[in-house]
Amino acid sequence: MAMSHQASGIQAGRLSAPEIADNFGDLHAPYDQHEAAVAADRCYFCYDAPCMTACPTSIDIPQFIREIQAGHPVSAAKTILEQNILGGMCARVCPTETLCEEVCVRETAEGKPVEIGRLQRYATDTLMARGVHPFTRAEATGKRVAVVGAGPAGLAAAHRLAMLGHDVVVYDGKDKAGGLNEFGIAAYKSTNDFAAREVEWLLQIGGISMEYGKKLGQDLSLDALKGDFDAVFLSIGLGGVNALRSAGEDKDGVRDAVDFIAELRQAEDLSALPVGRNVVVIGGGMTAVDAAVQSKLLGAENVTIAYRRGREAMGASRFEQDLAASKGVKLMFNVMPKAIHGNGAAAEIELEYTEVKGGRVSGTGETVRLVADQVFKAIGQTLEGQPEGLEIEGGKIKVSETGQTSVAGVWAGGDCASGGEDLTVTAVAEGRDAAMDIHSSLMG
Amino acid sequence: MADLTTEFLGIKSPNPFWLASAPPTDKEYNVRRAFEAGWGGVVWKTLGSEGPPVVNVNGPRYGAIWGADRRLLGLNNIELITDRSLETNLEEITRVKKDYPDRAVIVSIMVPCEEEAWKAILPKVEATGADGIELNFGCPHGMAERGMGSAVGQVPEYIQMVTEWCKKYYSKPVIVKLTPNITDVRFPARAAKAGGGDAVSLINTINSIVSVDLDSMAPEPTIGGKGTHGGYCGPAVKPIAMNMVAEIARDPQTHGLPISAIGGVTTWKDAAEFMALGAGNVQVCTAAMTYGFNVVKEMISGLSNWMDEKGYTSTQDFIGMAVPNVTDWQYLDLNFVTKAKISQDDCIKCGRCYAACEDTSHQAIAMSEDRTFTVKDEECVACNLCVNVCPVEGCITMEEVPVGEVDLRTGKVVTGEYANWTTHPNNPSATAAE
Repeated sequence: MAMSHQASGIQAGRLSAPEIADNFGDLHAPYDQHEAAVAADRCYFCYDAPCMTACPTSIDIPQFIREIQAGHPVSAAKTILEQNILGGMCARVCPTETLCEEVCVRETAEGKPVEIGRLQRYATDTLMARGVHPFTRAEATGKRVAVVGAGPAGLAAAHRLAMLGHDVVVYDGKDKAGGLNEFGIAAYKSTNDFAAREVEWLLQIGGISMEYGKKLGQDLSLDALKGDFDAVFLSIGLGGVNALRSAGEDKDGVRDAVDFIAELRQAEDLSALPVGRNVVVIGGGMTAVDAAVQSKLLGAENVTIAYRRGREAMGASRFEQDLAASKGVKLMFNVMPKAIHGNGAAAEIELEYTEVKGGRVSGTGETVRLVADQVFKAIGQTLEGQPEGLEIEGGKIKVSETGQTSVAGVWAGGDCASGGEDLTVTAVAEGRDAAMDIHSSLMG
Repeated sequence: MADLTTEFLGIKSPNPFWLASAPPTDKEYNVRRAFEAGWGGVVWKTLGSEGPPVVNVNGPRYGAIWGADRRLLGLNNIELITDRSLETNLEEITRVKKDYPDRAVIVSIMVPCEEEAWKAILPKVEATGADGIELNFGCPHGMAERGMGSAVGQVPEYIQMVTEWCKKYYSKPVIVKLTPNITDVRFPARAAKAGGGDAVSLINTINSIVSVDLDSMAPEPTIGGKGTHGGYCGPAVKPIAMNMVAEIARDPQTHGLPISAIGGVTTWKDAAEFMALGAGNVQVCTAAMTYGFNVVKEMISGLSNWMDEKGYTSTQDFIGMAVPNVTDWQYLDLNFVTKAKISQDDCIKCGRCYAACEDTSHQAIAMSEDRTFTVKDEECVACNLCVNVCPVEGCITMEEVPVGEVDLRTGKVVTGEYANWTTHPNNPSATAAE
């Protein structure tokens, strides 16, 4: 018998296993063949298509949709994967509403874009279900490249380098590849262990060896890697998290949202995962939404996102905000945490209303208290454990357009590198482009 | 509400929508359902001679092509004439006509090309009380190989001969159904008229292979690994049928010969177009086979609404109205000048007009950095391709260049004076323009 929403404190089993399974099913059910055909038929095959321009990996979207229309989704998948080897994951997690689908001319015309993300998933799922890996390696170059970090940027770089004939070793501090695809991102966007299956599929290219449990700064040094390999690509992500700097932050029940999400993603049995009765998430980005929605899906009674600026400034898209609201998450704007109260464990959070003047947020003095037995901090991640000697810009490793760092022979991409939004699709683009640059530099 | 009552060859029906001779009219059961749904008349599925009936294949009979969302656009079939006994059909026709005296019941017939065969069947058909007959000279498969159907319809002399026999042995109206599988439909139509036919109906189905199964490497529908050409019909054939109807309507030798139009009629508008081109009524098959008999209800309400809007009180008011406007290319006005115009308010910036014009036409559309598309009047030949490929109806229009203004492409002032190819200086056989 499952515990109820009303059980106080942080408790597991607020919902029954079938309810949990239902809650964590696919956010968007995959298309069947006919649905895909109908959706594909809506594409106008635009000239110099805006969707393609909006895609950070520049996938030839009209081309792949036309291939679905004409009944060969495997070719469509190849069109996608040539540009974006993690096209399967991006089809699930891309904020398409602010990228390709936002600029779709049918969005302009009728407020209903071609569902590019779902079509992309249809194509890539079809290919993966057939166990096809459509790429082969070029003749061996004899060059060796180290990739540090097996997240989207590292995997994209490794695949491209392997395809070009280089031998690649990918290091990761965790015991599993995938980075945020595996440990971040809401579970309902990557069901049935998709992240791990995608990595397995990607590695079919060959020429990539995976070394787990190896962390830069602890088990590896950049100098040693530079000595052992012809080039190094760093894709170490943002390992640190920002602190609230509010009184009571150390109380039980207060934790980083990224840790909660990682624990949730790795949980064998979600009904055994504890969650508070009254959850407050501090922040306004995708991590905040993912933590809040999943708390609700685990059975929390009240979940509130508290964001210090207005709705329009929120990092999470309107689609994500509406998704949260539809799941019963309350969105509070222009409030910031002042203190967390409770005797040892969090019991209440005190929020102060804010105003934004000249871009700066300041408290108005008025406060409000919410019952909170669990508080998640989702106020941004920071670069951590980067090697000495690399130039840093805006808290990230400074890179050129093609991913070169200030140190010769070292490239970087993904969330740890400067420039670009911190999206899976951006990381893939950066990894791929750095790989191309490494290739020309090695073969030049 | 406009009165849709139509009189065709003196046969009255409550509306101009008849079901064509085909599977929907094969049996009493279907025809009763059709009349209950509101169809104005039926042409009963083709009867053959007395004796053992024909047999059909026992594999698939139909093939199709589809548009978006699997909308059926074209259907092909390899079914033959009725495979039920003549006696059964005659009994049913008699009963149905008796029960529905206000509906048109026409009997389609196909018997061997011998006078005796027609002489034998016609009195039996006459005895049913049906309103008329339709001679199936069109069916392109199976029966043609036995010297019937389109094998007759492709030879004008045979059409005339058989029509004469029918007029000799049958007292009611005779409609001659024509095949489109010929080069010039005017010749069979003239033969039908010469033989004393009261009307023509067209088109029958078009010889076709709709698809090839690329695994079995056989045309579809496939029966035991083989396929054959079938008769093509449905929305896809409407333009071909409309041209043939118009050709007969404007041919001086057949002008005024009543026409029952067939070919892809799916909505009221299709019917109105055929009738504007000279058809006295229309026959429908594929739309009914795709959607069921209830499609006639939209045809009735749509035609009636349109007639009310236009002030037509009878179908007679608009039948043939478009015929005088169908002409030969050589008589089109070469001084009529238009230019494409793109409404920036309606444009959704897909760029299809640009791709079409730039790649395949006259490079007359400019595309700016911010995806604004504009027509270059100095290049535009007014081909209309941009209008046709634009996904937004009414976004691109063809605007007439007013008299007195300069056509920027030719540099010539638009005079408004009619001039055609017959008088054009580039025409080697032109008559003097002056």
